[in-house]
Parts: sequence; C-alpha cells; structure tokens
Amino acid sequence: MRITESLSLAMKNIVSSKVRTLLTMLGIIIGVAAVIVIVGLGNGLENYIADSFSSMGTNTLTISVMPRGATRTLEVEDMYQIVTEHPEELELCSPTVAMMGGVKIGTETASTSVSGVSENYNAIYGYTITQGRGLQYSDVATRAKVCVVGAYVNQAYFGGNAVGQTLRVGGQALTIVGVLDQREESMEEGGSDDCLYLPYSTAARLGGSRVSSYVVTMVDEEQIDQSQAVLDAALSSFFGSDDYYTIITMSELLDTMTGMINILVGVLAGIAAISLVVGGIGIMNIMLVSVTERTREIGVRKSLGAKERYILEQFVIEAAVTSALGGVLGIALGYFLSAAATVVVARLMEEALTVAPTLFAVLAAFGISAGIGVLFGYLPAKKAARLNPIDALHYD
Amino acid sequence: MAALITFQDVCRYYHMGDSTVTAADHISFEIETGEFTAIVGSSGSGKSTCMNIIGCLDVPSEGTYLLNGQDVGQMNKNQLAEIRNELLGFIFQQYNLLPKLNLLENVEVPLMYAGVSRPERRERARAALEQVGLGDKWRHKPMELSGGQQQRVSIARALVGNPSVILADEPTGALDSRTGREVLAMLQELHAEGHTVVLITHDNSIAVQAQRIIRLEDGRVVYDGPSGAPEAVVTPRAAGGKGGAEA
Repeated sequence: MRITESLSLAMKNIVSSKVRTLLTMLGIIIGVAAVIVIVGLGNGLENYIADSFSSMGTNTLTISVMPRGATRTLEVEDMYQIVTEHPEELELCSPTVAMMGGVKIGTETASTSVSGVSENYNAIYGYTITQGRGLQYSDVATRAKVCVVGAYVNQAYFGGNAVGQTLRVGGQALTIVGVLDQREESMEEGGSDDCLYLPYSTAARLGGSRVSSYVVTMVDEEQIDQSQAVLDAALSSFFGSDDYYTIITMSELLDTMTGMINILVGVLAGIAAISLVVGGIGIMNIMLVSVTERTREIGVRKSLGAKERYILEQFVIEAAVTSALGGVLGIALGYFLSAAATVVVARLMEEALTVAPTLFAVLAAFGISAGIGVLFGYLPAKKAARLNPIDALHYD
Repeated sequence: MAALITFQDVCRYYHMGDSTVTAADHISFEIETGEFTAIVGSSGSGKSTCMNIIGCLDVPSEGTYLLNGQDVGQMNKNQLAEIRNELLGFIFQQYNLLPKLNLLENVEVPLMYAGVSRPERRERARAALEQVGLGDKWRHKPMELSGGQQQRVSIARALVGNPSVILADEPTGALDSRTGREVLAMLQELHAEGHTVVLITHDNSIAVQAQRIIRLEDGRVVYDGPSGAPEAVVTPRAAGGKGGAEA
C-alpha cells in the first residue's frame, strides 16, 4: 500500500468529522499563528531600529577619552593628526562637546540640545543648511560666538527668521548664522530638530572643560573592523595603554540592540511554542479516542490482510495531516494577525513598524506542526497497530 | 494431493487468571479444495476458536494447522496478515463494512493491502459487485443498503482477492429468514463454481445447506460426515446419551 492511499484515507476521515478535526487543530493553529506573529513583530522591530540607526550614520566611530588619569593629554590637534595619518581608513573628524543647561531665547528658556562641534559636523552626518551658513574653520579657530540652529528652533522661537538673531547659552550671547534643514517629518520639542550647534572651541571655553569625545567617519563602511583597528592602534600607541579611551561604532550598538531583541523574541516565541506542544497533546488525545472508536474498523482491516505497519502508517499519517493542516491554517491566521498588527501599530504609535512574518518562521512553523503530528500520533497509532484482530472484530 | 485445510490435534488454551480454559481439544480434520463444510456447535463448543484458527487470526497452542501445505502455527503476525490477504475471504455476521467508504472502496480494501494497482483494483471490485448483483450501487455507502445487500457486498469483498477459502461466520445471523436463504443460496452457488466454503454456525437448519458437517462440542469433534446423515443434525447427547460426547 502506498503513502498516497494512506493520505487519501486520512483526508476522508478528516473531512467526515470536520468540527472535531477543527477543534483538534485549534491548539496547533493558535501556536503557529502566535509564533509567526511574534517572530514577525521582532523582525519588524529589528528593521525599525536598523532604519533609525542608519539615519544616525552607521559609518561613524565615536571615541570617548577619559578626562584624567593618562600621562599624556589628547589634544584636538592630536586627534586630527591621527585621522590625517590614515587616509585609507579614516576621513572626517569632529570633536563633540555636549553642553548641559538650557538655551535662553529672549526671556524664554528652551530645552534645546546644545553641542559643540567642528566645521566638519554637517558633512559627517549629511546635514544641510537651508538659511545662512554653516560653521566654518575660522569660527572654531577664533572661538567665534556664533551658532547654527535646528529647524524647530527657527520655527518655534524666531518665526522662521532666526539668522542674525541672538540667543544665550551658558550666559554667553551667540549670534545665529545658519538654520539646518528639517530632519523629522513632524517637528516637536526635544526632537532631533530642536538642536543647536556652536564651535567646539567656544563650547569648551563656556563649559570650562576639555574636549573628551570625537566622531570620526570611515572611508568604507564595509571595512568597519579594519578602520576601528587602525584608530585603536593609533590611540593605544598615543596613550601607551588602551585603558583611557573607548571606541563605539553605531553598527556595534545596532548589533547589541538586535541581539537583545532576538533574545526577547526567542523567549516569547518559545512561550508561544508551548501552545504547539499542548496542541500536539490534544491531537494525541483525539487520536486515542479515534483508535478506540475505530477498533472494529481496525479489526476488519487486519482480517482483510492489513499488516501492523499499514495500520500504524494510516494513523500516523492521519495525525500528521491533521496537524499539518492546522499548521497551514495557523500560518494563514498568523499572516492575517500580522497585517492587523501593522495597522494597529501604525494607528497607535504613528511609527511605521511593519510586522513582517519571515519565510523561515513560516516554514519552521509548518515543519514543526507536521512533526508534532507524527510525534504525538505515534503512540495512538502504535496502540491501533497492536490491537488483536479477534478482540477488535468483536468490539462494540 | 494434500488437503487444503489440515487440522492435526489442534489445541487452543486460554489463560484466565490462574485457570486454563481448553477451547479446542485435539481437533483433527481435513478439508479438501472445493468442499462446502459447515462447522456447527453451540456457544462454547469451540467453533469460534476453530474459525479464528482457520482464518489465521489466531494460532494453535498445540498441534498443527496446515493451510495449503503451509504451517500457519509457525508464522509471525506479518506472515499471517499476508496469508489472510491472499488465501482467505471473510464473511462476518455483522457484515463489517467500513462505513466511511463506498461499496466499491469497501470491496477494494483487500486488493489495496495486496498492493494491486488502482485501475486494476477498480475493475476487479466492479466485477465482484456485479457478481453479487450490486454493480449499479457502487457509489452508495453501506448504511444506505439493507442488511441482505450489505452481506452481499461483504461476499463480494471476500471474493475479490480470489481466495482459496471463503470463511463465513454466522453469515445469516443478522438477517431475516428470506434474505438469509438468499445469502446461503449465494454461498452454494460459490461452491458450485468450485470455491471452498467453510460455514461457521450454531444453527442446524443452516448447517444442513452444506455438503459436510463438522460438529463440535466442548472443544472436540463429535461428528464429521455428510450433512444428509441423521446423526449430523441430532446432538449426540439426545441420540446416544452421554457416551456420544466421549466417543
């Protein structure tokens, strides 16, 4: 007897008791759908974060220098020299000085983020100027009391005419020389457009601190390990130790985040997969009932010449088909729920987070559900195959 | 030529807890090809045990059962299944058709286990249904038929594999007397065509339709001879007192 015969027999039995089969499959359906949605959600989250990170620049290396402890002090000029000594790997460099405390615009105090940067900063992050000019080398060299503001500051405080106006940072009046292009679709307070950049030399003097962090761009984003190694070697030889600085790459950060999301998704999917096991037990239970109900049929089949192997095969295939069918319905439900979740997330969060089921998750879900059918169908099938034909024939 | 069915001192014991029940006690007989034999006995006489052993559903505890020259007692479960499939056709009291399959598919089952290809199966099953006069009803499910019709389907199923022995276990037990007679007539027809038929029954009026009667009592053969003889239908106890059973 061929497998196809067992398959068509299994389909006959499944079709002849639709409601029971559907209820039997429910555990598998829910389990598969849950796994698909959760993995899809994780996948969407990963894509979303990757997108956010790439807008922040994945071709940059961020260097933090310990403020004290080292025998030598890394001056801004030293850093520039390191970058220019390695033109194969490193390209642009800008010191960054984060300044605490707000910005005073007229009588108002704004919570605008303030950073001291070099004239390269716009080029590093691809920012463009829409009004006025950007920071220049001369501003840095002369510690000019000038600044560039984000589009939000321009709109919210100056009605779009910020260039030429003044504001105060840390008690020092600064003249606005340029306005940056809008970066976010909708501007808001505290957003990326609520920002202010001044020359790092000016910022360092206002804050009374040394420049302690830098951002450096790589020539080739693919050569991240090599670029990092070159920079690391240069700084290490400068300090005579690698204890006084750290190099962070965006892609490293992205990897860390992705790793955390994957662990979270793995745990959630694992919990969802418990439902698959419960579903499998449900199938086993119904198959056991089915074997008892069909004892006489088994007896008849055996008396007509069915070997134990055929009976075993018939019941295992029936369980596997039931389970795999549940898997298919679960995949369909999973896709539907993923689409629904995408819409709901878009409504609630104003963020474009696409819940995208992965092909791997779908195939794995199908394979596992069919496997569960075989696994949990085996015991009842074995019971059926072992029935004594005489007893089975006289069973009522 | 050796007999088709040979029972040599066949014994069958059942263990019920501590006690042992002897269901078949040194039964010996031979059935030749083409014979129509009835095995008769009241309940507990051992006729069901006999039928299970002849049908290769059970094996003797002692003694030898040769079917077509093969020693069935030495076979494993798979070999027994093959023998049932190739050499035996069963007709049951309760018809035992599979309710979810239509008549044609029911008749096809033994051929399916024999590994016959689908088109050939269809053809042979159709022919078997034609033979029992149900060729036009092949699409129907068993429950849509009368008892007599269902029993005819089960006869078709028994015939379809072209077995050496047709084994009928109380084939008229669930039927009214008229349809019962029809079924018996059909068995006689099969015999006339050359089939070997073994009929198991408790009913003398049915048993006399066969050519030969083997009467069992308490697991032993108490009569083996032509169905026409008066001793065939009279219980030995009534005929010759208690001595009959011990003879």
